[in-house]
This record gives sequence, C-alpha cells and structure tokens, in this order.
Amino acid sequence: MPAIDRRRARRKAVWRRRGLVLLFMSPWLVGFSVFFGYPLVTSIYLSFTHYDLLSSPRWIGLANYRYLFGTDQQIWPAVRNTLWMIAVAVPLQVLFAFGIGLMVSRARRGVGFFRTVFYLPALAPPVAATLGFVYILNPATGPVNVLLGHLGIQGPLWFQSPGWAKPSLVLLAIWGIGNTMIIFLAAILDVPTHLHESAEIDGAGPLQRLRYVTLPSISPVILFAVVLGVIQGLQYFTQGYVAANIASGQASQAADITSTLGYPEGSTLFYPILLYQNGFRYFSMGYAAAMAMVLLVVSLAVTLVIILNSRRWVHYTGSPR
Amino acid sequence: MSTAAVRADPKPIVRKKPPPAIRRRRFLVAVANHSLLIATAIAFLLPFVFITLTALMSDDQALSSNLWPHPFVWSNFTDVFTKAPLWRWTLNTMLYSGLATLGLLLSSIPVAYALARLRWRGRNLAFVIVLIALMLPPQVSVVPLYVMWSKLHLIGTLWPLIIPNWLGDAFSIFLLRQFFLTIPEEYLDAARLDGCGEVRILTTVVVRLAKPAIAAVALFSLLYTFNDFFLPLLYTGENPHNWVLSIGLSQFRSLHQVQWNLTMAATLLVMAPVIVIFFLAQKAFVEGVTLTGVKG
Repeated sequence: MPAIDRRRARRKAVWRRRGLVLLFMSPWLVGFSVFFGYPLVTSIYLSFTHYDLLSSPRWIGLANYRYLFGTDQQIWPAVRNTLWMIAVAVPLQVLFAFGIGLMVSRARRGVGFFRTVFYLPALAPPVAATLGFVYILNPATGPVNVLLGHLGIQGPLWFQSPGWAKPSLVLLAIWGIGNTMIIFLAAILDVPTHLHESAEIDGAGPLQRLRYVTLPSISPVILFAVVLGVIQGLQYFTQGYVAANIASGQASQAADITSTLGYPEGSTLFYPILLYQNGFRYFSMGYAAAMAMVLLVVSLAVTLVIILNSRRWVHYTGSPR
Repeated sequence: MSTAAVRADPKPIVRKKPPPAIRRRRFLVAVANHSLLIATAIAFLLPFVFITLTALMSDDQALSSNLWPHPFVWSNFTDVFTKAPLWRWTLNTMLYSGLATLGLLLSSIPVAYALARLRWRGRNLAFVIVLIALMLPPQVSVVPLYVMWSKLHLIGTLWPLIIPNWLGDAFSIFLLRQFFLTIPEEYLDAARLDGCGEVRILTTVVVRLAKPAIAAVALFSLLYTFNDFFLPLLYTGENPHNWVLSIGLSQFRSLHQVQWNLTMAATLLVMAPVIVIFFLAQKAFVEGVTLTGVKG
C-alpha cells in the first residue's frame, strides 16, 4: 500500500513538473508558432500566388520567381546597390573599428573619454543620424561643403548625386561604428601580454606583432563583425529609405513616396526597400513573399559560406569546452 | 647555487631602461598615436557640433552658409513643439517602448528560466530553435504578419508592434538564459529547502540575483523600440495619429515645410533621451554588477 501511494505521489509530481515547464514555456510556444512558424510557412505558400490583400490568393506556380529572375527591371539595380553597400561598407567598418580600437587601447590617458566619444554616434537613433548627415552634407549650405569651399575645393553633391549617394551612406555607416569598436577594443585588451612579450624577445617589431600576435588573437571578433555586417547589409533599409526621402523632399518638395524611393535615380534603392515598395506600396504580397524567400536563402547561404571559409583564418585559443 | 644565480640574472636585464634611440622612437609613436586619435575623435564629434549649431540658428541664417549662430535662437527648441505634434509622437513612442519592454520582460524571464534551470526532455532542442529564430531576417515574416494584422483590423495602431513582445523575444531569452546559468545552484537549493516552489524561486531569488541582466535586457529593448523604424512605418505609416518619434522625425521636414534649423532642433531632441539614458545607465550597470557580486 505505501509503495502504491509513493508511486502515485511521484507520478503526480512528474505531471506537476510538466505543467510547470509548460506554463513557463507557454509565452514562447505561442509566440514562436504565431510570429515565426506560421509566417515562414505562409510566406512559402504566398510566394507561389498572386495576392493583393483584397481578393484571396491565386496559385500561379513559379511565375513570381520567373518574373523576379527574368523580367523585373528593378531587381538587378537593387541587388547591385545592396552588394555594393556590403562590399564597400563592411570592410571599411571593420577597418575603422579595428583601427580606432587599436588607437584607443594604446592611449596613455583618457581611454574612457575616447571610448565614449566613438561610441556616442552609435547611440544616435538611425533616423536622427541620417537626417543629420543629409543636412551636414547638403550641397548648398551644408557645413562640410562650406568648409571644403574655404579650402578652395568644390564639394560633391553627396545625397543629391547618383554617384555620391551611396558613399555618403558609407560615411554614415562608419560614423556609427561604436558597437563594433567596443567589441574590438575589449578583444585587443584581452590579448595575453605574454604573447607580445615572447614575440618581442624573438625580435618581432611592432608591425610584426600586430600581424602575427594581435590579428590572429582577435580573428574570432573580426569574423563576428563581418558576419553581423553582412547580415545587416542584406537588411539595410532605414538609412537608405530616410536619406532618399529627405534628400528628394529637399529637391522637389514631392510628397509622393513611391517616386522618392531610391532617390536620386534609383542609386539608393536597396533590395529590402524594393521589397517594401512591392509589398506595401503596390500590395503585390505574393511577389514580396517571393523576394523575401530569396533574401532568406541568400542570407543563410552567405552566412554559411563565411563561417565555413573562416576556418582557414580564424584562430580559437584555449581548449575547446 | 649556480642555478639560482642563473635564474636571478636575467631580471635586471629585462628591467633595464631601453636605449635612448628606442625610447625616442616609442615617444614619437605615442605622439603620432595620440594626434591621430584626437583628430579622429574631433571628426566623430563634428556632426554633433554642426547639428547643435544649426539648431540654434535663425531661419534666415539657416539658409546662409554661416556656420556660427548669431544670435543664438534658443526658442527653436520650443517652436518645434508648435510646428509638429511632437508630444503626440513622444507619447506614442513611450507607449510602444514601455508596453513592449514590460511584456518582453514578463514573457521572456520564465522562458529563460525554464531553458536554464528546469530539467525536461526537449530543452536543448527548444534552445536551438530560439537561436535559429534569432537569425531570421524580419523581412521574411513581414508579409504574412501584415496580412494577419490587417485581417484583425489592427493596421494603423500600435498593437502589431507591442503584442509580439508579450510572447517572448528570442534575443532577450538568449541573454537571460546565459545569465541564469551563472547563478549558483546552492542559492536555489536553499530556497527549495525553505519550501519555495519554482514560481516563488523565480519571482524572488532569481529575479533579484539577475537584476543587472534584466536591466540590460530592458535597456536593449527600450533602445531598440525607440530606434525602430521599419515596423512602425509598416504598421502606422498611413495613420499620423499613431506615429512614433522615428516616423514623425523622418516626415518632419517635408510635411511641415520648415528650415534646417528647426529640423536639426527636432533631431537633437530625438537624440537627447538616448544619450541621457546611456550616461545614467552606465552608472547603474556598474553598481548592479558590483552589488550582486555575480559577474555576467
């Protein structure tokens, strides 16, 4: 009799425990199903349909993908703009974050001050920062062109010129380097001193120590910054959207948003902005879903390639856990 | 005896001052480093300086190429509020940030606790799925979710922005779980011996010990929602009544036909809360970490 009682009590405890886990996990179980599982599956389905939100989705097979890879005149410029941004901004961001981190790590005094100065721009809300840059770089009265004028240099048209709009966005991206710089700084300060000392004893100069001690030691952080930069580059939206909007408003006072996307001359039309335009301005939901699927596959593939490729140049110190 | 002598010998050699040539070179390198550092720091501060100076100019001056305001027009900062419904946008932003962060904490803390401290089958799998959810680009799920919210007639309101946060956030769950793992098991066992159930343990012991981590997660959420542009544009873009600051600021200049001076004053007002919170929170963080004695 007591044995049965004990077993019953234990079973009761097991069920109570399961109920507890279920209770604690329930927000995520619901959230995951509704905001992750459901949209992912529905996106795949919608990408094979024509859907304008008014009538129900109509199955059209691969037509969206055929249009995407064949007919759409805007896709390739948007892809090119996005790739350009990643190829130019990500290396420059890593370079500046590393360079500034290195300089700050070697400062004799004021490390805290410099760290704050370089971190502050990263805190500025993206919309505010973009607005600030469109003003500072405005061709007529912008302080940068005024200063260049004093030096006798005719400044470029920045956000008003198709050739200079993306470089202007790169400047903005470099200004917001703070987060990456903080991570680099911590990694550089974490390089064991005995490595530097033994390299010095072996006769390595400062540049050789940078190349053969510091760089390998912080290579995991470089990988992290590159992967994050590429993923964020593929999703690049806010700065491009706001810059085009403000710069074009300044030129024409046009209120029509679809004509301002990508201003000037489509030079800032990035892939996510085109997706937004198709899905939520033209309400081609099926086509936008197809664009989203392509973005998902490309994001996963690129991340995988970088991580696999990184085994050749990333060094992990310490024993594997 | 001889070994001791050999061991003692190298020390003075290492401690000896380096020759003057090397010392001079080191000094020059340090000077170069500091000069470059200061120049870069000035370049990084200049945008803030230009924004501030322009925010203090008169309308006429903002049209000229003068860089220094004359006279200083401090009333720009109050004029901004009459030109645009800045209070309305601020209120909406506070609603979004506040409700989203509250829900995110209430829903993510128990999930993180179950993933870190309760033993159950499928726990590791669930954690892996949380990590995968963290990597998904937001654009991928946005089309079906927009359809869902429009069927619920919630487009144009703040609810599509707030509600998802009440159902757990992958990044916060991940951060909190990592922190909960560092809490010594003895603390929890002591509470269990005193007759606490897991719910009591979570709401008293764990929450108290994890204050710094919870503060960090709350801060990240506040910053993220304050800066968020894509989702508010998507869901409230057509309804100016529910615009948050980021949307309002992006439309400020074209809708209200104002000069750069007022635009920059508004820009500065939007930047200010984030920077103030940063300086306040920096101190709170250090205190939090040292008070609890638990290092993240």
